[in-house]
Amino acid sequence: MQPLQTLRSRTVVLPGANIDTDQIIPARFLTTTTRTGLGASLFADWRYDGTGAARPDFALNRPEARGCSVLVAGHNFGCGSSREHAAWALADYGIRAVISTGIADIFRNNALKNGLLPVVVDGDTGGWLLDNPGVEVTLDVASATLVLPQGRSVSFALEPFAQHCLLEGVDELGFLLARRGVIEAWEQRR
Amino acid sequence: MPAQTLFEKVWRRHEVVAGSAATPAVLYIDLHLIHEVTSPQAFALLRERGLPVARPARTFATMDHSTPTLTAQVFGGAPIAIDSAAKQVRELERNCAEFGVELLGLQHAQRGIVHVIGPELGLTQPGQTVVCGDSHTSTHGALGALAFGIGTTEVGHVFATQCLLQRKPRTFAINVEGGLQPGVTAKDLILAVIGRIGVGGATGHVIEYRGGTIRALDMESRMTVCNMSIEAGARAGMIAPDETTFAWLAGRPRAPQGAQWERAVADWGTLPGDGGAHFDRQIDIDAGSIEPMITWGTNPGMVIPVGGSIPQRGDDAVYGRALDYMGLSAGQPLQGAPVNVVFLGSCTNSRLSDLRSAAHILRGRRVAKGLRMLVVPGSQQIKREAEAEGLDRVFIEAGAEWRESGCSMCLGMNGDLVAAGEYSVSTSNRNFEGRQGKGARTLLASPLTAAACAVRGRVTDPREFL
Ligand code: SF4
Repeated sequence: MQPLQTLRSRTVVLPGANIDTDQIIPARFLTTTTRTGLGASLFADWRYDGTGAARPDFALNRPEARGCSVLVAGHNFGCGSSREHAAWALADYGIRAVISTGIADIFRNNALKNGLLPVVVDGDTGGWLLDNPGVEVTLDVASATLVLPQGRSVSFALEPFAQHCLLEGVDELGFLLARRGVIEAWEQRR
Repeated sequence: MPAQTLFEKVWRRHEVVAGSAATPAVLYIDLHLIHEVTSPQAFALLRERGLPVARPARTFATMDHSTPTLTAQVFGGAPIAIDSAAKQVRELERNCAEFGVELLGLQHAQRGIVHVIGPELGLTQPGQTVVCGDSHTSTHGALGALAFGIGTTEVGHVFATQCLLQRKPRTFAINVEGGLQPGVTAKDLILAVIGRIGVGGATGHVIEYRGGTIRALDMESRMTVCNMSIEAGARAGMIAPDETTFAWLAGRPRAPQGAQWERAVADWGTLPGDGGAHFDRQIDIDAGSIEPMITWGTNPGMVIPVGGSIPQRGDDAVYGRALDYMGLSAGQPLQGAPVNVVFLGSCTNSRLSDLRSAAHILRGRRVAKGLRMLVVPGSQQIKREAEAEGLDRVFIEAGAEWRESGCSMCLGMNGDLVAAGEYSVSTSNRNFEGRQGKGARTLLASPLTAAACAVRGRVTDPREFL
């Protein structure tokens, strides 16, 4: 996992609430057996028309979205299926953080395991970001803060452990493997 | 010790290391179910790190998602039509053989949708922790297990350590009292609940469904209710185990037998929540007021009684977009709207009682001219049981297709698809844009409603047939 300490980027905005994982990556792309290369299929049915051409009006296809690594989305982003392919597709495309007033549980877990920062903000901040696409924001993982253009900073919840994993770029598996002895002893006792 | 909920009891029994401010809890997993779509990358992780599957005896594999349902492709030697799906199926076979995981493979008599066969085989038991790389793992909570969906990285963690790092979720009691009206099923109940609390309404929570209505539900109905907990954003849904649970589990091939069974039942009897246990949230639902429900939009919370009209929400862009996608308008009644496809299946409603309830309406009738109906039993065992009582004949004589088990038209990745622009009344759990195929328009409903719609070729109140 790539470490993530700070991120400075313009935002790309998808305003709708309840953007589900079937939109982030439609099921027909899930027959892959690897976790790479899914960025091309990110939001496939919204990004491309019937002939496979990019729809110019879709936010990610606009010229100003090029190079943006922060996605701002409507409430309850990532609801639906547990497919980690959604987080893989976003990360492969180059998105490193998602900001919303609500992020679905399984998606949030999957995001954190792939160096993709889920940021839940209050309604006012979320509304402002949705209304002002393309603003430059800074996300700082160590202090769990989001800095908006006029220098206003908003803190967000980030578990200490998840924060540690993001900062160091380490997977949780190492932590669990280090406790194999404890787990076996527990199995014997139960 | 303070009074505990069912969830807290199951959680505590599995806390290998309790959570602290700095670290989540290490939670032990009793049963790990896997399938072909969300496991390949987790097996790859084991290979990269040179790790075995730590507890293969606690891991079971089936194939369902990208698996074809046409008999010729399952049993007839015809190649699986989608190359990448065929590759995924073969890869699961290889991975299970290499890592010593039991696989109920393509032609196995006990294969089926992962959330159907877990309970059916008695693999799922009260008080267990159950995970699967699939969000509808919540289904297994109907037996009093703590069951939740995980991502593929976590599948790898369970493979390697039989544990997961988890933060304790909050608790949410949904108390349901009163009798369900005739023609109203568990599917209508859970759709009404989601309509009330919204698709993100239970995020961060484990729901416990309680009250007289829930107690009176049979096991298959309880599974339908718990299945759709995730559609309200819940981490899991649970129902306290009781005599109904024990009677349903008794004698199942992987359930405890003999003296072990007696001991297990005595233990399971201690699982229901203590009187006065605290829930972080509670709501009350009056079951008697629920009508047959149907969705009109692009998430399961966009739901109305089948005789109702689509709500007006003038300036809401999400509503507008959903209506555009569905080709419907605000204020319009759904009843009488044309239907092109009816899908009876999925881990929500593909069990024997679901097939019986649809057959009750279809017996001696035909599906409307030009309408395509697909009936896909949840497991090969259900398929055999249905055939033994002649349900397959009812469906076939009505003009429906009768298939091998699998996820089928619930999601568009196995060749069973709804065409762009077509309206599908489906007994599955998600009406997201493109869920049943690119451009497909899905209306979620119960098996009774789906059968009524099939006969009329239009959205129909099932009570017309009762
Ligand atoms: S039937 Fe549908 S919801 Fe259930 S496991 Fe299969 S794809 Fe998922």
